[in-house]
Amino acid sequence: MWVDVGIAAAKAFAVVMLVLNMSLVLLWVERKGSALIQDRIGANRANVFGGLLPFNLGIINTLIADPIKLLTKEDLIPAGADRVLHFVAPFLAVFPVIVTFAAIPFGDVLVIGGRTIELQAAALDVGVLYVLAMSSLAVYGVVLGGWATNSRWSLLGAVRGSAQMISYEIALGLGLVAAIMTFGTLDLQEIARAQGAHLWGVVPLWGILYQPVAFLILLIAGFAESKRVPFDLPEGESELVAGYFTEYSGMKQAAFMLSDFAEVVVVAGLATTLFFGAWQVPFLARDGWHLPGGVFVAMPHLAVVALQIAAFTIKVFALCCFQILVRWTLPRYRYDHLMDLGWKWLLPIALANVVVTAVVVVLVA
Amino acid sequence: MATLAFLVLAALLVGSALAVVLHPNPVKSAMALVVTLFLLAVVFVLLEAHMIAALQIIVYAGAIMVLFLFVIMLLNLGDEEQRARPRRRVVVHGVAWAAGALLAVVLVRLVAGAPLGRPAPAPEGYGSAALVARSLFTDYVLPFELAGLLLLVAVIGPVVLAKRGR
Amino acid sequence: MIPISWYLTLSAVLFAIGVVGVVVRRNVIVILMAIELMLNGVNLTFVALARQLGSVDGQVVVFFVMAVAAAEAAVGLAIVIAFFRNRESVNADDLALLRW
Repeated sequence: MWVDVGIAAAKAFAVVMLVLNMSLVLLWVERKGSALIQDRIGANRANVFGGLLPFNLGIINTLIADPIKLLTKEDLIPAGADRVLHFVAPFLAVFPVIVTFAAIPFGDVLVIGGRTIELQAAALDVGVLYVLAMSSLAVYGVVLGGWATNSRWSLLGAVRGSAQMISYEIALGLGLVAAIMTFGTLDLQEIARAQGAHLWGVVPLWGILYQPVAFLILLIAGFAESKRVPFDLPEGESELVAGYFTEYSGMKQAAFMLSDFAEVVVVAGLATTLFFGAWQVPFLARDGWHLPGGVFVAMPHLAVVALQIAAFTIKVFALCCFQILVRWTLPRYRYDHLMDLGWKWLLPIALANVVVTAVVVVLVA
Repeated sequence: MATLAFLVLAALLVGSALAVVLHPNPVKSAMALVVTLFLLAVVFVLLEAHMIAALQIIVYAGAIMVLFLFVIMLLNLGDEEQRARPRRRVVVHGVAWAAGALLAVVLVRLVAGAPLGRPAPAPEGYGSAALVARSLFTDYVLPFELAGLLLLVAVIGPVVLAKRGR
Repeated sequence: MIPISWYLTLSAVLFAIGVVGVVVRRNVIVILMAIELMLNGVNLTFVALARQLGSVDGQVVVFFVMAVAAAEAAVGLAIVIAFFRNRESVNADDLALLRW
């Protein structure tokens, strides 16, 4: 029994490390990638080791200096703010986002010493519902973050942010319903396994071939859920100072920014699992390569597992980079246009998609 | 081990439920209720009702309580004002809590005293969405449609009720 | 295996706390929250007994209770807002307009 507990703990640790490290890497990509897009150099002022090293660490300096700065800043709580809620709000913003990743599979199975380990932190049979549940809890970080500080800019940002999040949750859920109907199960590992087949033996049957509309809905709703550009009016840099987390300094602000990047990773992870075959590598099955033309190349089990985990990480990273690219390309939506898009466009399109998918599923089955 | 987990969970549940009822600030009351609903979802998972647990968080903790918080913040409510004189308040609260304790004792003796025996073996896929959905769309399809109608009313009604004047 | 009667005890206690909340508190919104607490106690009873009997009917009932609770919370809060606009107060003592 203790071996099982140890394995579960190791999986949970691996997932949390994946999210946190990917967030750190995304900070790098954001800083330097945005500089590349905007034709400037980017953050290059920090020099952590001074003259100790013969070479310059470049952006690593900023990645070391930023957390140190945030950790050592004074924790300011505005007068009249609710101290308990001010303390709790950053935690409520971060917790649901990181925990969502527990249901997302990052590999097939690992067979070690006669023991078969599912490479998924929590093997839930209602995985998709769990993801939706955690993303609906993320609203509390925003709402309490704005309310706790007793400041009107924060409250404006919080009200906008929470209204936006709950509106797009509906479109997100309906888009996922269409994807669930196609695969016939709520279990994310089963959905990942169902994308292993190949069309005409050549084209990998990933979810995006079945449900392109649902993928677009997930992407747009995911942008709105994580309050990133083009939907970042609640954060509204240059309009609301920093929106709902204006009055937070030091580690609390770091927690809010971490929740931003972690949500990017979560949206990418969800899109990868449902629409891009999760950990599936084209033509790779559990025992080896089944290439078109009948060629079979056997592979040792650990190599297969390593390839699958690497494929998952690469796909998630690619989608994260795409989200960062969109951030620095598109202008911001005005708030009433944003709500219009969520209620008057995404919701009817998602509903129509559900109806069409249902008809097709019944006719084909 | 499961017993210890359940006892800790039950203690936390009763504690947060008491916080809902006792705390003077409505926002803190609402957050205590969110914690209660979340812990209740954990209890549902202990009872192998996974889909109901997820629905509890999505619907109750994630939507209904957000609505409560919105209204509290919209109305900008502060701590609850106590209008009754202190002595009258002590008497009323005392009687209420005594009656509540009596009710709890009666209910516990009623439900927990019944001889239940071992739980029946759970069918295959118990607690998943498939089994509940099958039951919902075959045996209970009429209540399902009526619930949909009720929710339609619940969408239109508050919009009309909360509209500003004429 | 935890005896089902323990779950039933817990739900009875939650229900009783909710009842006391409705009686003792003066803020109408907190009264509504105490009602939600009562409904959740009942939900726990249903789920526990569904597990005891090994049937999903209890879970289906919980599904409907959640839908009805959502509808009731929405309409109740809308009434509270409409009333607040009129009277500037959400104290239950001010809501007693129909009393003699």
